[in-house]
Amino acid sequence: MDKILIKEEYCMGCRLCEVYCLVQHSKTKNIIKAYKGEYPKPVSRIIVEEKGYVSFALQCRHCEDAPCLDACMSGAMYRDEKTNAVLCDEKKCVACWMCVMTCPFGVISRNIDDKKIASKCDLCANEEEPVCVKNCPNEAIVMVREKKK
Amino acid sequence: MKYLIIGNSVSAVAAIEGIRGQDKEGEITVISNEPYYNYSRPLISYFLGEKVLLKDMPFRSKDFYEKNKVKLILNVNADRVDTKKKYVVLSDKRKLNFDKLLIASGGAPIVSEIKNSDSDSVFTFTNLNDAVKLKKYIKTKKVKKAAVLGGGLIGLKVTEALIELGVKVTIIELADRILAASFDKKASNIIQKALEKIGCGLITNNTVSEIIKEKNGKIKKLVLKNKKTLDTDLLVTAIGVIPNKILAEEAGLKTDKGILVDFYMQTNVKDIYAAGDCASARDLLLSVNRPIAIWPAAARQGKVAGCNMAGVRKKYAGSFAMNSVELCGIPTISGGITCSLKKEDRVLEYYNEEKQIYKKVVLRDNKIIGAIFVGDIERAGLYIGLIKDKVDVAAFKDCLLKEDFGLISFPKEYRKHLVAGEAAIL
Repeated sequence: MDKILIKEEYCMGCRLCEVYCLVQHSKTKNIIKAYKGEYPKPVSRIIVEEKGYVSFALQCRHCEDAPCLDACMSGAMYRDEKTNAVLCDEKKCVACWMCVMTCPFGVISRNIDDKKIASKCDLCANEEEPVCVKNCPNEAIVMVREKKK
Repeated sequence: MKYLIIGNSVSAVAAIEGIRGQDKEGEITVISNEPYYNYSRPLISYFLGEKVLLKDMPFRSKDFYEKNKVKLILNVNADRVDTKKKYVVLSDKRKLNFDKLLIASGGAPIVSEIKNSDSDSVFTFTNLNDAVKLKKYIKTKKVKKAAVLGGGLIGLKVTEALIELGVKVTIIELADRILAASFDKKASNIIQKALEKIGCGLITNNTVSEIIKEKNGKIKKLVLKNKKTLDTDLLVTAIGVIPNKILAEEAGLKTDKGILVDFYMQTNVKDIYAAGDCASARDLLLSVNRPIAIWPAAARQGKVAGCNMAGVRKKYAGSFAMNSVELCGIPTISGGITCSLKKEDRVLEYYNEEKQIYKKVVLRDNKIIGAIFVGDIERAGLYIGLIKDKVDVAAFKDCLLKEDFGLISFPKEYRKHLVAGEAAIL
């Protein structure tokens, strides 16, 4: 399956991925409106960790045997049949946070501005390429496509 | 191949998925003693509190059974299992043969020993019918006051839902605090204060010994162990759940607190498996078998059982007690061993009184064996993952409760393993 690889050796900690991710997951997809005028406030689904000279961006790994899929008690978390991405049906999510508890990467967060829901990377479902990958200036986030059989 | 599954909750569904991952053709039959084609048990308090509608209770879509070619038989009990001739007798006298059997019969509420508890204003709260009955009673009798016996997770979730419905609730708990099984005193205290703030009464170190009834059979008041009385319109008993294992016992399967299974979820009899709340499977931390009645473990066990039933050997890695529950708007996550610690265990704590945030990590031999998060659960999964993988945290234990704790705090090797490979499953 397609996978996003992260390369901490190349990450500069510029956090552009966070900005692009937030805007991509806003209603208006306009950076100024996304940051200044939208309610509920859109959130980035990618996390940038930084300590000293090391940094890297991290988003859902879309695990093949995903603990969050096991843990979801409302049936909101599901595997997309086409892309194999692990996605959250926000209408079904009841904000029990079982996925937050079982994700060993800590990349599912609480979005509690409006209806409380679990928020996670959706591989930018409608884009050709996830925006974090497309816009990383130093190829620290890259998409590895599964070879077509 | 004939697969038969007793029970239709998460273990059964996961087993179906496990079987169908390997075997697309085998005949799968599921029997359930409930009238619903599918629903999520933990959502019944959401249903009671009107946060989730009845139509949104299923955790798999209606066509799940069709798509997976499953024959679903509702409203019947499994009365008897013949392990030698390989058939199950149903309550409607039907006889179903099987090649592989999964017992996923769940748990039943512990019955309290209260005098005069045969009143129709006394309720349990484990399945959807319980919730439907309770809700109907509250609406038709215009219930104003309720008592909840038991301050564990189920007791608190039902309390919250009752408060949503405008009912005044008093919790009666035998221990010295609520959530005594998974929380320490500090954590319990934060939730207790929040409950009091929304007008919920709490009586600890006490229980109900007798029910005084009106002439019409309804509850008038409760007599507590300390002889004091409490006026109430209804009582919900939520003092725990025990595994449904009688069927297995009568069939001669080995049981302890639950139905004993090996690492492949097989009982002591070949081709008969058990999973979920009824099963006594491996506790990863305590290294013994015991029932751990939590959703993620039930899902995992079901999936493992399904794979093995379909002939693909898959080992269960074990689980441990953990829970995520938001109470009074305060998110909480707890996992592993958090109380009754050994003298040599080390405890790291963070407490912010103003924000009512509490975090605690318990270390034994430089490994995390337990954690509690109240008020701030961001990235709590990292800690649960460290417990599960039994990672030596000596090199970074000083960072564990720092604000910027993350994968970046892990040794590079372990981080790369996590990010590049896949995390082992719970």
